[in-house]
Amino acid sequence: MHRYSGGDRLLVLLIVALAGIGFLILVGPVLVVLVTSFTSSRALRFPPPGLTLQWYRDLFDPVRSAQIHVAAGNSLLVAALTAIVSTALATAAALAIARSRAGWARLAEGGFMAPLVLPGIAFGLAALMFFSWLRLPPSLALLVAGHAMIAAPFALRTVGAAAAGLDPALEESSAALGAGPWRTFRRVTLPLIMPGVAAGAFLAFVSSLDNVPVSLFLASAQTDMLPIRLWGMMETALDVRVAAASGVLVAVAFILLLVMDRAVGLARRMSG
Amino acid sequence: MATGNGPWKLALPLALAQVLFFVAPLLLLVATSFATDENLRDWGMRGWRDALADSFHLQSVLNTMRLGALTVLATALLAVPLALVHMAAGPTLRRIILMAAVLPLLTSVVVRTFAWIVILGREGVINATLLGAGIITAPVALLQTEHGLILALTQIEMPLMLLPLLAALARIDPALLDASASLGGSLARTLWKVVLPMAMPGLVAGATLVFASASTAFISQGVIGGGRLNYLPALVWQQAMVVFDWPLAAALAITLMASVLMVAGALSLLGSRVRHA
Repeated sequence: MHRYSGGDRLLVLLIVALAGIGFLILVGPVLVVLVTSFTSSRALRFPPPGLTLQWYRDLFDPVRSAQIHVAAGNSLLVAALTAIVSTALATAAALAIARSRAGWARLAEGGFMAPLVLPGIAFGLAALMFFSWLRLPPSLALLVAGHAMIAAPFALRTVGAAAAGLDPALEESSAALGAGPWRTFRRVTLPLIMPGVAAGAFLAFVSSLDNVPVSLFLASAQTDMLPIRLWGMMETALDVRVAAASGVLVAVAFILLLVMDRAVGLARRMSG
Repeated sequence: MATGNGPWKLALPLALAQVLFFVAPLLLLVATSFATDENLRDWGMRGWRDALADSFHLQSVLNTMRLGALTVLATALLAVPLALVHMAAGPTLRRIILMAAVLPLLTSVVVRTFAWIVILGREGVINATLLGAGIITAPVALLQTEHGLILALTQIEMPLMLLPLLAALARIDPALLDASASLGGSLARTLWKVVLPMAMPGLVAGATLVFASASTAFISQGVIGGGRLNYLPALVWQQAMVVFDWPLAAALAITLMASVLMVAGALSLLGSRVRHA
């Protein structure tokens, strides 16, 4: 971008070198997982001595991997419900904050974001204590309630950014033309903030699918969740099916990233 | 739904949900830490005495804080240069860096942790490379060590540092950099005087998120750090789910929470002082 002197050139070299290492550390492990999932070895040797699809066959075997399939089904269901609940709550709140210039709105926004910074382990334990105090047995509904608390800030951030760019004149004209509040929301507001809503729902879905600290305390034998099951498989005798499961999760994440980035500019929204 | 019609009503559902499912559980957590058993039948300081009068627990608090701090430093060391390259790069490289930042965030923490078992293991990537290059003659232990764990957490948490930094640096007007350079400012001076102050909000936000996430990363700490390194999240989990000492578990969880919030507060204070200096 500029012409540099000698000392500056050394600094540029240092920056580029560190950035290169940073890039390698970010991307390398993802590639290592993908390659390892095709290993023909029972040990986690890298590079693998040979390539097979054995671990994927084992992973998709309905009998031998039944528990993993149940956990994956639970995780997907909870993630879908969490995305719906937290995005609906966050969208309403984001519109309220965007429409208000009052001081409470800034304050409320800070409060709504609090779950992002609070250690998940502390909240997971608190949720377990709360639900057992209420004598509620473990269920997927309680997992959704817990996950939605952690996921809502993600949705609030992307929907909030979209709602902040909303021109109030559009909603006012719709109301002046006789449209009721719900019709204005459906026909005017929602289409305008839809990219933010979709990105928010996607992030909420991923945050739930990936959640460990809350599931650690709220999941039970009947409501097993995928990350907890995979953790168990890593803790005990290292099961190479974890590599195949990781391969599937990486592929899904990559495809979703490309689709969501094309549809709503996801990557840009996450750095905004 | 017109603008003047009490917009706060729309914030009510989320506020109520948070009070019911977030604030109330946390209040119960605090109450439990002052109880003598999990049924809250009697009150006392036993949980807190067990949590804070025990040198093993205090060492775990220090270990956890140290882990968070070192992870923040390591992620910043790599994420700041990466963000600078992103700022100076053309559109294609920019897109690649952004994708590289987002992709790990979308792959499960369990997957990222698993990747580092493969990389750090006795027959893993690092040992194979070092052995192959003749730098070492026998595999070195990287799993179950603190530096192995920090290396893994550097990748696992880096997106949380990189994304706020990219957002902060995107607000810098390129003309400002040109102006500084044409006024004879060296690159180092431009970075220090122009870029760093602008990057500060991103750096503070990133440091807060990385610290909070690294200090509560139960699975990575346990699987990569192993049994010899003790961190607060594992203690909380053991006391709550294995020993069933809920008052102690609650006191330890609050200690973890207070430590993270104190560091977050100190960071945001630091951020505002640097900006106004």
